Amino acid sequence: MTANAFYVRLRAMREPRWFGPALIVGSCIPAALAIGALASDIVGGTRFFGSNPVKEGEHFLGEWTLRFLIFTLSVTPLRQLLGWNWLAKHRRTLGLFAFGYVSLHWLTYALLDVQLDWHDLMKDLLKRPYIYIGMIAMLLMASLAITSSKNMIRRLGGRRWNRLHNLIYVICILGVIHYFLAVKKDIEDPVLFASIFAFLYAWRIWKWYTRRKAAAVTAAAIATRTAIGA
Amino acid sequence: MLIRRPDACKSSEITPEQHYVGRRKFLAAAGVLGIGAVAGFVPNACAQDGQDPQVLGKPYGLQKDDKPTPWTDVTTYNNFYEFGTGKGDPVENAKAFKPRPWTVMVDGLVAKPAQYQLEDFLKPLVVEDRIYRHRCVEAWSMVVPWRGIMLADVLKRAQPTSQAKFVELTTLYDPQRMPGQQRSVLAWPYVEGLRLDEAMHPLTMLATGVYGRDLPNQNGAPLHLIVPWKYGFKGVKSIVRIRLVDRQPKNSWNISNPSEYGFYSNVNPEVDHPRWTQAKERRIGEFFKRPTLMFNGYAEQVAAMYAGMDLRKNY
Repeated sequence: MTANAFYVRLRAMREPRWFGPALIVGSCIPAALAIGALASDIVGGTRFFGSNPVKEGEHFLGEWTLRFLIFTLSVTPLRQLLGWNWLAKHRRTLGLFAFGYVSLHWLTYALLDVQLDWHDLMKDLLKRPYIYIGMIAMLLMASLAITSSKNMIRRLGGRRWNRLHNLIYVICILGVIHYFLAVKKDIEDPVLFASIFAFLYAWRIWKWYTRRKAAAVTAAAIATRTAIGA
Repeated sequence: MLIRRPDACKSSEITPEQHYVGRRKFLAAAGVLGIGAVAGFVPNACAQDGQDPQVLGKPYGLQKDDKPTPWTDVTTYNNFYEFGTGKGDPVENAKAFKPRPWTVMVDGLVAKPAQYQLEDFLKPLVVEDRIYRHRCVEAWSMVVPWRGIMLADVLKRAQPTSQAKFVELTTLYDPQRMPGQQRSVLAWPYVEGLRLDEAMHPLTMLATGVYGRDLPNQNGAPLHLIVPWKYGFKGVKSIVRIRLVDRQPKNSWNISNPSEYGFYSNVNPEVDHPRWTQAKERRIGEFFKRPTLMFNGYAEQVAAMYAGMDLRKNY
């Protein structure tokens, strides 16, 4: 099969019946592993997360939050590239999972790491930029999660809802800054995440630019035709 | 005019580095997508070493509920950026490292500068087993039964001159043998420094072993500085040079991030790291946090050295 034929077949692919359920089950796996490993390490003294399970688990869940943000932002490019418009309805699932992971990330931080010491939590929140940047990102994610239902789309109106949900672009930037500020010295992983987001943003800017140019060409053609006709 | 730096084209060094970086990039890319992030669980859990070796030595400054941290944690949870920045990297990447033959240079402001073979360096000195508390600047801690010599004995043998005020200790620089040095995460080689009185303090050790065994590579073989009242990063590893100087040496973490890491780096629960509290610590193997003790519990022995100093400024 030639590459071209493969591409044609790929584009023609319709949504498999198992896709929706598999997506949900698959998205739960890292969370299930993290919860299981943390419980086993803390209670049973195993080393699934190594010698410092709370820190390791916290980082694991934070990285999965960023991954789910990447998955969410990948839906549109994949649709455009492969014509899989059926992916669109799963974007909300992915976004909600991103919120689920950030919640678990924060719970690990607050319950297991800081161990609900309110004094420390407040000091972290007021004094440490990477904490409050992460916190702002999480609260913005909460606002998107709350307004993700069909009912809320209707209540807000498509335009306002869209504008609100464009906040995901701000959230991803805050998330990456939070990651950069949190690492001690080796910024290889934050750079890697940042470059993937940069690619996803660049894709959109490029699409927007070519669309605008095409629109301008069309407008010019219509104008010319009108002029000739007149 | 042709300007060419002499070090611009050592192809023998460039190629492996590219392979190395390329491989890392690939692994990292796989990591971002989450492949392996999930599979990585199993080897960690199997990192058990059968049984712990026997704990040897006299306890120094231990609190009544301090118990030695298991061998597995001591030898698999390491900060040793010369072998990678992850805690589990050193044990993986230092496997092939050969800490013998090894030479140590003792020089600078001393009456008897010398370059020693490791065996000759160690032979005349007393080796002791001591159980110390260890506090990392990242707010975790351990209790470790070290084996080693006293740095004071090394210095006395070299006879510091009256101008000597500080000691500078340097890690081996060899990116072939220490792959972490192929990335410029820190300014290599790793350098640490102590004031002369700190270096001469009877608690300050050069570890050659742990749990009665030879020091594993990932723990800084063959020579690892131990200063139990300071944060762990002061404990420079795989030492090749001990130099006496008249000015405060520039230490690696201070060069890399001066607002977060100072020269003194004494454990101090009252002076927070800019990004986290230092008032508490998590003992490896325990869930609930412990309060961090002034000078990591060695205040009685060392506080006098810092009398009258502003420890908030001299962090």
